[in-house]
Amino acid sequence: MSTLSARQLVIDIPERGDGTPLDFSIQPGQIWGVLGPNGAGKTTLLHTLAGLKSPRSGFVELNDLGFAQLRRKQIAREIAVVFQERQDGFPATVLETVLIGRHPYMAPWDVETAEDLALARDALKRTALSALEDRLVSTLSGGERQRLALATALCQQPTIWLADEPGNHLDLRHQVQAMNLFASEAESGRAVLLCLHDLNLAARWCTHILLLYPDGRACWGESNKMLERSALETLYQQPLAETTVDGRRYFVPATGAVND
Amino acid sequence: MAAVEALRRRSVPLLLLAAASVICIAVSVSTGSVAISVGELWAVISGGGEPLHRTLILELRLPRSLAAFATGGLLAVAGALMQVLLRNPLADPYVLGLSGGAAVAALLCMLAGMPPAIVSIAAFAGALGSAVLVFGLAHGRGSWTTTRLLLTGVVVSSGWGAVITFMLAVGPTEQLPGMLYWLMGDLAYARSPWPALIILALTSLILLPLGRSLNVLARGPMQAAALGVAVRPLEWSIYGSASLLTASAVTTAGSIGFVGLVVPHMLRLVLGNDQRLILPAAALTGGALLVLADTLARTIIAPEQLPAGVITALLGVPTFLYLLYRSR
Repeated sequence: MSTLSARQLVIDIPERGDGTPLDFSIQPGQIWGVLGPNGAGKTTLLHTLAGLKSPRSGFVELNDLGFAQLRRKQIAREIAVVFQERQDGFPATVLETVLIGRHPYMAPWDVETAEDLALARDALKRTALSALEDRLVSTLSGGERQRLALATALCQQPTIWLADEPGNHLDLRHQVQAMNLFASEAESGRAVLLCLHDLNLAARWCTHILLLYPDGRACWGESNKMLERSALETLYQQPLAETTVDGRRYFVPATGAVND
Repeated sequence: MAAVEALRRRSVPLLLLAAASVICIAVSVSTGSVAISVGELWAVISGGGEPLHRTLILELRLPRSLAAFATGGLLAVAGALMQVLLRNPLADPYVLGLSGGAAVAALLCMLAGMPPAIVSIAAFAGALGSAVLVFGLAHGRGSWTTTRLLLTGVVVSSGWGAVITFMLAVGPTEQLPGMLYWLMGDLAYARSPWPALIILALTSLILLPLGRSLNVLARGPMQAAALGVAVRPLEWSIYGSASLLTASAVTTAGSIGFVGLVVPHMLRLVLGNDQRLILPAAALTGGALLVLADTLARTIIAPEQLPAGVITALLGVPTFLYLLYRSR
């Protein structure tokens, strides 16, 4: 299993100061939640960690190797990215779309084998999409497409998951199922990083939290230490109320102003 | 098992299209001022037959048919590539101003009274020159995006269009028909089909293993990179090969429109979107369509000839509209 580390990493957001250089490791079995208001740079951070965007300074290491020493294909066998936005390109079926997750493992002249097909069908089953196998992606609902993106990443068999707001478009039940999917991936030794907007999903499932402020400041640590109401209020510039149900903490928006 | 099945699923349509192409070429070489029957055609192919038929087929009709096949194939493959590269269904081989650049160079040579060989070389240089110009301008100092490339290509094409109209307006009257025929695409002056055929065969062979990467690229550069595709080198090679394919086609037969835009789409409507199937299928279908169009172009109002580009559009437009209307 693999570890993804940020080393004195400063993400490149135009016209913003360097802020706090990021220095953390996502270990196998951990689920990291990145929290921050709109425009704080969550997506840029995720793309930088995936090697899809160059950092301003510092670097990212995959198992102690910098991205510069790795080929794109090697990275793709370790890291799966679930994007927030997707291009459909030309019409394709659900099964075809899941199968592209096998791309990093195939030589140019290879065709998909029975094993690839089985992996794809298994991924569809785990995201409850089996019945839609032959449908065109363009005919799916937003939530179904989001699950399809998860299925494609599953089919990629990554050791590290980077998912940008994986709960987007999902109803409550499917949000929980998606989070359970990440939990089971983490349990089987994979490392997971999620950009999230839902504090309660983060509180319930994440082992570690990274708070990203709009000015580039950041702090990170174990989930129970990071999820403090006053810190979250400053982060979102929004008063919060905290409550406990069955021994778990929940945050909901409150009225009134924040004293920064 | 699945691998064998996938290969079979892909090879059946390709074999059918290959057979259709051979039939189109056979029909094309049998049709003309002197009609040749199937038996006579077979006699010539197997090395016998009357001397007149041998000359007609081997020296006149077959080279022209093969040139038409190669041109159609080149344009259709170039179109399929540009549509994936720009992720835009309206992209065609000429979108980068290739045909305009070729036409300006070719017409200038015609105006100067150069021999046809020089006109061809100028067309090739003009097409590639325009591709480099568009790419350089789209690159600029900013980032290289597909929208920017597409827009630059369209604007440069309009520029070439104005220059062409200017040349047609001031050109001597006796040169006008030749110039117009070149602009509409005409195979009457196609010489040896071999350079175009060889380029078509070579690029098809090189592109086949890239098919799956192209499938992934069609889902956007970020997704492709996340799946292990080296996006920039792939985009560069698509750009380069599409330009080369189009330049060879324009050099062989002038600017024949429509094939490159519509053949890939027709195939996608029927065969789906796997580039591993679409690229070779486009080569065969584009080729067969242009062979057919050229045969009609030289027989409908014989002994007069029509530009083949007119026929490709007249054949292709209704077929395409029908398929589009019928699709889900």
